[in-house]
Amino acid sequence: MTVVSRFAPRRGRNVELLLVVAATAIVLLAYVNVGVNTHGEVPSSLLVLGGGFLGIALAFHLVLRWRAAYADPILLPVATLLNGLGLVMIHRLDIAHGRSIGEGMALRQLMWSALAVGCAIAAIIIMRDHRVLRRYTFTAGLLGFVLLLLPILPVIGSDKNGSKIWISLGPFSFQPGEIAKIILAIFFAGYFVQTRDALSVAGRRVLGLTLPRARDLGPILVAWVLAIGVLVVERDLGSSLLFFGLFVALLYIATERISWIIIGLTLFAAGAYAAYLMFGHVQTRVLLWLDTFSQEALATSDQLAKGLMGMGAGGMVGTGLGRGRPDITYFAESDFIIPSFGEELGMVGLFAILVLYALLVERGLRTAIGARDGFGKLLAAGLAFSVALQCFVVVGGVTRVIPLTGLTMPFLSQGGSSLLANWVIVAILLRISDHARRPVPESGPTPIGEAPTQVVKL
Amino acid sequence: MSELTLTILRLGLLVALWLFVFAIVGVLRGDLYGTRVTQRVRRGTEPSGPIPGASPARPAALKAGMLSGRRGSHPRKLVVTEGPLSGTSLPLRSQGTLIGRSPECALVLDDDYASGRHARIFEQEGRWLVEDLGSTNGTFVDNRRITAPTPLELGTTLRIGRTVVELAR
Repeated sequence: MTVVSRFAPRRGRNVELLLVVAATAIVLLAYVNVGVNTHGEVPSSLLVLGGGFLGIALAFHLVLRWRAAYADPILLPVATLLNGLGLVMIHRLDIAHGRSIGEGMALRQLMWSALAVGCAIAAIIIMRDHRVLRRYTFTAGLLGFVLLLLPILPVIGSDKNGSKIWISLGPFSFQPGEIAKIILAIFFAGYFVQTRDALSVAGRRVLGLTLPRARDLGPILVAWVLAIGVLVVERDLGSSLLFFGLFVALLYIATERISWIIIGLTLFAAGAYAAYLMFGHVQTRVLLWLDTFSQEALATSDQLAKGLMGMGAGGMVGTGLGRGRPDITYFAESDFIIPSFGEELGMVGLFAILVLYALLVERGLRTAIGARDGFGKLLAAGLAFSVALQCFVVVGGVTRVIPLTGLTMPFLSQGGSSLLANWVIVAILLRISDHARRPVPESGPTPIGEAPTQVVKL
Repeated sequence: MSELTLTILRLGLLVALWLFVFAIVGVLRGDLYGTRVTQRVRRGTEPSGPIPGASPARPAALKAGMLSGRRGSHPRKLVVTEGPLSGTSLPLRSQGTLIGRSPECALVLDDDYASGRHARIFEQEGRWLVEDLGSTNGTFVDNRRITAPTPLELGTTLRIGRTVVELAR
């Protein structure tokens, strides 16, 4: 005999408060490390900046107490810590480049953080129930593809560092792919909730694998063509992999058929190989990946090599914040922020950061398991998976597991659009987790059979 | 500042990072939630089971309750006796227990013959009733397809698709 009984989780808001304070303390400790190692003194702005940072995080915490009391208690502290560590590293690189606080990138990043947390708070307050997002499934689909393809347009699209993933409007430049990630997750979740039954119809069995019917292959082929298009036209393996990976992952979660993963990976590998044979810029990326230290690769770009050397110089426990030379690598504060941390915090510190990402993703997937509606499940799983895949693409790129691409590390990297997108992801996950963890009211709405109708009342 | 202080600060940051990670893992351990499935010990092997002497009398009492439907033998749970979930039991809620394929149901069936929201068991005037929620393949009480809310007694078989459930105390 087995007995199934339900029990509600604790709210965990006090635990969250404690962890947020601890996260702020760690960020301030890192900031002190930078100050002591570069100027030999504890920075005078410690209390002001620390107070401001804590204020931003506590504001979010209070909004959660007010509007999402059952939300997951881990997400906010982890996001706060990662965001803060990124700020400290960007500030440290500002010092290395001789920029004062006023003109440096750290202050702009801090303002972006405040703005991003503000957007996340607004999302929590406005969106009382994540299921309203399902109404905009196809609007989201259209918007997502437009955003993804926006950088190709002639005037606003801009070519930076070999990949066209930016748009520029006057002084502002923006990576639409970051926002597209969220919007496409909404689209895929809403779409697969509707079509999962058709897509999970089994076809023939080949080699112990249940293949889908040929006519159900349509959506995956459309997604594949778009992904390869992004790879070829925008010259960006990262966005392409992120977008197609998200699609295949949600397809698998919705249908529980491994054959979709195998079909997806085969298609992507074949498409990527064809692109490698046909396009020069893909060949360059592969050369830099496989033969980083060869003469011809170093003549093209020594960025990857410098990043690897930096991480090597860090060793086990790192040189200490402010004592290494991460500033030698180009884009040390955005794409190459992971080697910067690897150099100054060492492998021990870098792994702590990676575990923090793993915990963030785990909480997202746990939320997906706990969610009671199919759309919430798919959306939470999709958002969590997109963060995981993005981390894999970035860390894999700088450690030569896959070819290097220009994606940002969530929360750590310098860049407003990335911060904004990731805080909104956290807000959506918090909203779904609040819904998933909230105990089911024992006295639910009156069931249809019992509700007195007007005719009966007469 | 001395080199020692610098080293302590540097390593202190790493220690603090890992302590934070372990604090979170600690929180996660205390944060397990959802449904709990407990395996009941079989009566013969149970060392501190029900009062000795009471157990042989129990099946008789159960049978008596089944026949007369006494007040004292009020069902409090639902037991699955046949089908893939056989052996599962869950408490009855007076507001209604939903059975079906949809994840919102209290008893979620993985059965192609069951509808999303198949049937509901609820309490009315001290009796448990089952009603069909417009399912495709029907709900059967003692092998008769029901069309209106039907009372359930202890031991009445309720069949939904390939699953058979009974009320129990």
